[in-house]
Amino acid sequence: MWRWLHPYAKPEATFSLSQKLLPWFAIPAVVLTLIGLVWGLAFAPPDYQQGESYRIIFVHVPAAMWAMAFYVGMAIMGLIALVWQIRSAELALLAIAPVGAVLTFISLFTGALWGQPMWGTWWVWDARLTAQLILLFLYLGVMAIYVAFEDERAGAKAASILAIVGVINIPIIHYSVYWWNTLHQQSTVTRAITRLEAPSIAPEMLWPLLLNIFAMLLLSATLVLMRLNNEILRREIHRPWALAYLGISLPSNEASAENSAQQDSKAAGGKHAI
Amino acid sequence: MNPRRKKRLVMTSSILVGVALATGLVLYALSQNIDLFYTPTEIVEGKGSEQIKPEVGQRLRIGGLVVPGSVRREGSGLTVAFSLIDVGPAEVTVEYEGILPDLFREGQGIVAQGILVAPDRIQATEVLARHDEEYMPPALAEALKGIQHVPPSQQQDNDNENTGGGYDR
Repeated sequence: MWRWLHPYAKPEATFSLSQKLLPWFAIPAVVLTLIGLVWGLAFAPPDYQQGESYRIIFVHVPAAMWAMAFYVGMAIMGLIALVWQIRSAELALLAIAPVGAVLTFISLFTGALWGQPMWGTWWVWDARLTAQLILLFLYLGVMAIYVAFEDERAGAKAASILAIVGVINIPIIHYSVYWWNTLHQQSTVTRAITRLEAPSIAPEMLWPLLLNIFAMLLLSATLVLMRLNNEILRREIHRPWALAYLGISLPSNEASAENSAQQDSKAAGGKHAI
Repeated sequence: MNPRRKKRLVMTSSILVGVALATGLVLYALSQNIDLFYTPTEIVEGKGSEQIKPEVGQRLRIGGLVVPGSVRREGSGLTVAFSLIDVGPAEVTVEYEGILPDLFREGQGIVAQGILVAPDRIQATEVLARHDEEYMPPALAEALKGIQHVPPSQQQDNDNENTGGGYDR
């Protein structure tokens, strides 16, 4: 059933796939982000309560949403890396972490900018805000643990475990506004999925918001793919295919390097087959 | 699935389940402390199954809706007192001196931090406004809810013409 997935255990196959996918994410990402932001920030109507200040929702909600979703993606990569010991998954985990951390930071930062004029405070230690701050620390922790080990595989293993365990925080973030009383209001859009209630936002505001959410996904996915490709190239720089891709030819001992690289890949392939 | 992968999968899943259980128990045990604020009912009638009331002199936060018609401005106008209510009938009076947030209106959700000076009175040091998760253009809000939003900065002028607060008008 999963046979079609197996080739991507090899970083080379993953590289060529993500290289092919990259323009399909990058171009729509730029176009839709521009359209979405102009639509949301300039053309959507003001809110009846909050006036123009509510427009920060068009950045805040997409960032917060994908910060959580990318964490789940990272945890799944961690599970694959841990159980099936596939290197591409380890590299994907490393590629997702900083992007997710930046998304989380954006959500916290825009939230503070929104909170100051509306609530009257930049920050309050309520359950939603605190849980989101913990999410930022989890991302930073995953990144830090990865590089804290001398052996990269050991670092990846430890980072995977932290990523998997940290996934517990995701439902806590989402349901914090329902389980406890908080200053943060309840969910507007995701409740369509988690509570089967219609989004509580007027259609002429909902459409630009959905577009911005989609654009933020494409933009973040583009960054992840670019990072993933860089990581793969960095790790595989001694392999013939990477050298060929970069247009580098080693003058003297090319043949021997190629030989040893082939042996390496055979050894790696043997390992994956176990 | 081969036995080694199976073992790793079982180990990983059991770690996840174990930590999730531990976190769940901790959050359950702490659940009352994670709440940001007391509701007026919890202050007057007590909180939780043991009906624990906060003591006079305690520093706490209260969250509730501003009772329409209860806002009184005194002196220079910076001193304000209003009542908060949630499901009723309990009401708690909040006294505050300072600048109120823009969203402060009668009927609006408010979180105030301060000291309980009497069983149903709070001397607040900070007043924050809550807003709900509904967003709509002003015209739709007027048609749907009959709400005409007036920012507090313009509220003073209108108070002479219309009685009542900005929210329930």
